[in-house]
Amino acid sequence: MGLGRDEMDKSVSEDFLRLKQQVVQFIEQDLEPVHLQVEESAEIPEHLVDKMRRLGLFGLSIPRDYGGLGLTTLEEILIYEEITKTNACFRSRIGTSNGIGSMGILYDGTEEQKRRYLPRVASGEWTAAFALTEPDAGSDAANISTQAVLDGDSWVLNGTKQFITNADTAQFFTTIAVTDETKGASGGVTAFIVERDAPGFVVGPADVKMGLKGSHTHELVFKDCRVPAENVIGGMARVGQGFKTAMRVLDKGRLSMGACAVGAAQKVLDLCVERVQRELASGMAKADLQAEMFALADMATQLYAARQMLYSTAIKKDEGRNVTQEASMTKIFCTEMASRIAGLAMDSFGEEGILTRSRIEIFLRDVRLYRIYEGTSEIQRIIVSRNLLKNSRSRA
Amino acid sequence: MLPGPGARKEKNVDIVVLLKQVPATESLIQVADDGVSIKTEELKWVINPYDEFAVEEALRIREAQGGSVTVLSVGTDKAVEAIRTALAMGADTGVLVNDPAALGKGALATARVLAAAVKQIPFDLVIAGQRAVDADQFQVGPAVAEYLRIPNVSMVIKTELLDGSIRCHRTIEGGTVVVESPLPMLFTTQRGLNEPRYASLPGIMKAKKKPLETKTLADFGLDAGALEGPTARIRALSPPAERGGGRIIEGESAAEKAAALVKALHEEAKVI
Repeated sequence: MGLGRDEMDKSVSEDFLRLKQQVVQFIEQDLEPVHLQVEESAEIPEHLVDKMRRLGLFGLSIPRDYGGLGLTTLEEILIYEEITKTNACFRSRIGTSNGIGSMGILYDGTEEQKRRYLPRVASGEWTAAFALTEPDAGSDAANISTQAVLDGDSWVLNGTKQFITNADTAQFFTTIAVTDETKGASGGVTAFIVERDAPGFVVGPADVKMGLKGSHTHELVFKDCRVPAENVIGGMARVGQGFKTAMRVLDKGRLSMGACAVGAAQKVLDLCVERVQRELASGMAKADLQAEMFALADMATQLYAARQMLYSTAIKKDEGRNVTQEASMTKIFCTEMASRIAGLAMDSFGEEGILTRSRIEIFLRDVRLYRIYEGTSEIQRIIVSRNLLKNSRSRA
Repeated sequence: MLPGPGARKEKNVDIVVLLKQVPATESLIQVADDGVSIKTEELKWVINPYDEFAVEEALRIREAQGGSVTVLSVGTDKAVEAIRTALAMGADTGVLVNDPAALGKGALATARVLAAAVKQIPFDLVIAGQRAVDADQFQVGPAVAEYLRIPNVSMVIKTELLDGSIRCHRTIEGGTVVVESPLPMLFTTQRGLNEPRYASLPGIMKAKKKPLETKTLADFGLDAGALEGPTARIRALSPPAERGGGRIIEGESAAEKAAALVKALHEEAKVI
């Protein structure tokens, strides 16, 4: 299968292309004109969120039976690639909710949980968030310390979560907590649904960040927070299985991050190409632009490679194969590629680029965060290398 | 019998929207080699923007009153795309009259075909764009009303459904006029009537399953010979003159200039 952008368009359905065209039109007409306003106010206007709801953007990955569009992973990342060509926070508003926030329920939830939460996520009525990261446990999900203890017919949670995206708007949180300290990640960790109004649950103030300013992260505090016993994702039978749920959710999240990086890098490359064309049109000789032109070639080459990884991993995932290893490699390569491209673009734009709120400056800050979100590059390297060692041991 | 509590539902309104597929307004239009037509190979095609207002208004009336929305177009296979978009926005059914004999004969012949097609669909209301932005003739809507022997109100910016009739606000020079017409009737749209919705993504998925019928003149008992040829022929096409500079509104005081500007924006630019 060809994996360039245009070939990819040929390998998805006509329905999907029509749908993507509508999203692109929405991005160009409604989102792009306010990308700077959103950057400055660090806020997406509610009427635009409403338009996203009416358009159906909150249901991309949720199956049609639950009111969503049921896109494949590949189709979903093709949409994310488009949305991240404008301000990055728009993707985050949508993708966190119908991505990591709700996928745990879709993968492992009971039918009752799916019926209660997924249609509301798909319509955009409810926003979902994913609460894993803690002050002393970053993306290494095995080291979390938030505790959950069963007390009668409810679980009592205690602990703190950090950097939780969309915590300001979320109605419920897929929360990962330790239920059996003696067992560690396999068997000792459980995934819960914590609704916003749960007693003992507090959302802290928004973090002030260098990038993705319109997408808000917050601290969450659980102080004797009580949730009903049936709020274990998948029911009581899945107590202790939360680590698996979290890892599966993150596999997908990592591909989404890859798509964000690819979309942003494509936009940065487009801006650089336009700039060189402008210089040529104004009479600059090609010989005087050689550094910029070589940079264009390097950017395009790296972007092409990143896109191959992203698409082929998405296709593998859609075929039902385990892609933990590939998703991690894809996240490392795509997000680091986007940072390199943004750096090259900054060199090319020079002083025009370093102006605060120049397009390049915004992308440079935003794509830097993709290397950290949903598992830092270092965590991904740990996952990849441990897998390599494990596999070579099993082969020996 | 008195309606039960909370059961009051307005009368269902069956609506036919006349729709034309036209080149996108941002297209670069070039005169073809024959000098009397335009190059169409590289054009992007869209729903005529005034017809988009018509689809949106039909959907809003249906949402408020109940009923149905049928989208009707005369065109080639390509026009299926435009009808599907209207179905994705929420229209119920589509009808495409796809017959070479129906094409290229001018506005009145098109109106005759559309009227014949509308007669086969139960309707209370026909909504059309005031004009298509390609040929800008302003003829088809009113001519369809004439062929159907129903009232026509043109350039409508606001509608209110009453019991068995409709109140339309239409723009006239310097203001608006409010007229009432019994149903069935036809009205044409003016900018400002509404803001057309995007086709929702679930709507796009569902549109493929909605009925879209293709018909030929024979289905209406029309034969090609019965259609009058174009009443006007294009002798030559040329691109418009290069755009001149802007215009400065003259006036003694700010208030006077503002008044002149508002008048120009309302009557000439028609943006307010």
